[in-house]
Amino acid sequence: MDFELSEEHRLVQSTVREWAASRLRPLAAEMDRTASYPPELIRELGDLGLMGVFIPEEYGGGGMDTISYCVALEEIARAEASLAAVLSVNNSLDCYPIFAFGDERQKRTYLPELAGGRKIGCYCLTEPTAGSDAGSLRATARDAGPEWVLNGTKIFVTNGVEADVLIIYARTDPGLHGHGISAFIAEKGDPGLSVGKVEHKLGIRASSTCEIVLEDCRLPQHRLLGERGKGFRIALAALDGGRIGIAAQALGIARASMEDAIAYAKERHQFGRPIAAFQANQWKIADMATRIQAARLLTYRAAWVRDQGRRHTSEAAMAKLYASETAMWSATQAVQMYGGYGYVQDYPVERHFRDAKITEIYEGTSEVQRLVIARQLLDAS
Amino acid sequence: MHIVVCVKHVPDTEAPIRIRADGRGIEEQGLPFVVNYYDEHGVEEALRIKERLGGTVTLVTAGPARAAQALRTGLAMGADTAIHIEDPALDGADHLGVARALAAAIRAQKCDLVICGKLSTDDNAAIVGPALAEYLEFPQATAVTKLELSEDGATAHREVEGAVEVLQVALPAVVTVERSINEPRYPSLPGIMKAKRTPIAVTTLADLGLAPDEAGAASARSEVLGFAPPPQRQAGRVLEGDPAQIVKELVRFLREDAKVL
Repeated sequence: MDFELSEEHRLVQSTVREWAASRLRPLAAEMDRTASYPPELIRELGDLGLMGVFIPEEYGGGGMDTISYCVALEEIARAEASLAAVLSVNNSLDCYPIFAFGDERQKRTYLPELAGGRKIGCYCLTEPTAGSDAGSLRATARDAGPEWVLNGTKIFVTNGVEADVLIIYARTDPGLHGHGISAFIAEKGDPGLSVGKVEHKLGIRASSTCEIVLEDCRLPQHRLLGERGKGFRIALAALDGGRIGIAAQALGIARASMEDAIAYAKERHQFGRPIAAFQANQWKIADMATRIQAARLLTYRAAWVRDQGRRHTSEAAMAKLYASETAMWSATQAVQMYGGYGYVQDYPVERHFRDAKITEIYEGTSEVQRLVIARQLLDAS
Repeated sequence: MHIVVCVKHVPDTEAPIRIRADGRGIEEQGLPFVVNYYDEHGVEEALRIKERLGGTVTLVTAGPARAAQALRTGLAMGADTAIHIEDPALDGADHLGVARALAAAIRAQKCDLVICGKLSTDDNAAIVGPALAEYLEFPQATAVTKLELSEDGATAHREVEGAVEVLQVALPAVVTVERSINEPRYPSLPGIMKAKRTPIAVTTLADLGLAPDEAGAASARSEVLGFAPPPQRQAGRVLEGDPAQIVKELVRFLREDAKVL
């Protein structure tokens, strides 16, 4: 058993760390304040191969594995968490399903653009009445000869405002618990497709989140992704990988909280000594470090199982659950150590605190992760 | 155009340095190493020339096994091949010895241009580049901030006190570069995978036709006697009390203790 990153994983780590420190971290506070990011960052990430990390080079991707993906996402999120969300959705929820379930034409059409950072993808599953119970979604797709006609409303779509390529899940046939759902690839500008309400969020503010409205949205037949009626399987398979990415994003936020807290504890003096000299703070730091290390091992292991080509539903859920709770907990400790300064925007821990929360919610809430983990165990015995 | 770039694996300048127990080196255990920053600019310059004029870029390093990581980084940036001179006899070699070993490896390459960083950030000597040019009997331009290639050779711009010196050198030549010459690219993920697949040619001094006493520690003309940490910074002094008194005391301090007035 070897717990060390390989030479190429370390090279990915140092490259992304340097890129994020020089290009991203200096913009983090401004991106949070203005709820936007410079679009050229996506192109730069595309040039580095980070918009399609595990897509093979022949389709314009990075040609690397899920461990590389985790290493990269942690470094991006350590600098700024919203871009990690943009990247994670593009990689796991767009590139991956097109690569794994798309036909050759779909792969050739979309992957080089998405993996190269020239186009951005989004994933449209959630609806106002179908959140954790995504299988109960109501959007419909009617087979109208040469075209599919889609109707419905999708909400909480990450990257929705900028997205050029949208993967949309809609009901083509009647059925319960996800049966009868199909996946479609839509493009910006398709008739009947529009961006609805744009959300104002607590954290990861620089990434967009919005409603996608489908009003007799007409898509050619060849935009069906995978088999008719098997779309929910695609949605869940994408989420299995996506959750590993969110775990890595959470790790980055947790590490940012800890590193900032350590720096502050050594610098801030009270009662005539640095607050790092107080055991109350040392214990917080020790607990943050321990939880982060545990979360990282869970995340890497989930990534490793995925790279072996094995089912990783439970491992991904555990990693995402534990890493996201570690991010929220660590950010809370960091704010507490900063005291009043932790509550204001002059220091970054206030942002980490707001950014951390989403990791316990999106791509399956902590409650859903526990449900997934328990179901695997109960079904097996 | 065949360009050789010399790279060195050096301790990360941001990492805390500990002196080895024998006092004659630094403790490498746990110390992060990176490609010498100046050499990264050298690799970048070579890649830009290759992109304009075509050709190949070969990396060379002389160092222990870990130095292969510097070659991998350069390959991931886009270099084509890499040579690693790895020989226990090089432990304790001086700058001239390293230059002699690099010269032997480069001579076998039949290259048009050799690029080195201006200096390496570990011992700041700036000797290897110029010494290499002497051993190869190539013209040289050091601390170059702009490089242009033409059929007649290379035009190199150097920033000297208050002016820019422009040199014309015939090829093949050795050029050492400043950090301001370019902005190095980041290795891309496909580049990292390509670097992983590219074999590194490992060679010894004997393979290069050098005896240990020609390039190794045995030939060293300088010897490191010891390392010492820089002196601890003295704590500052705060003067307190009546302003008139403070000014008087400050003037006395500057005149008598600091001796700056």
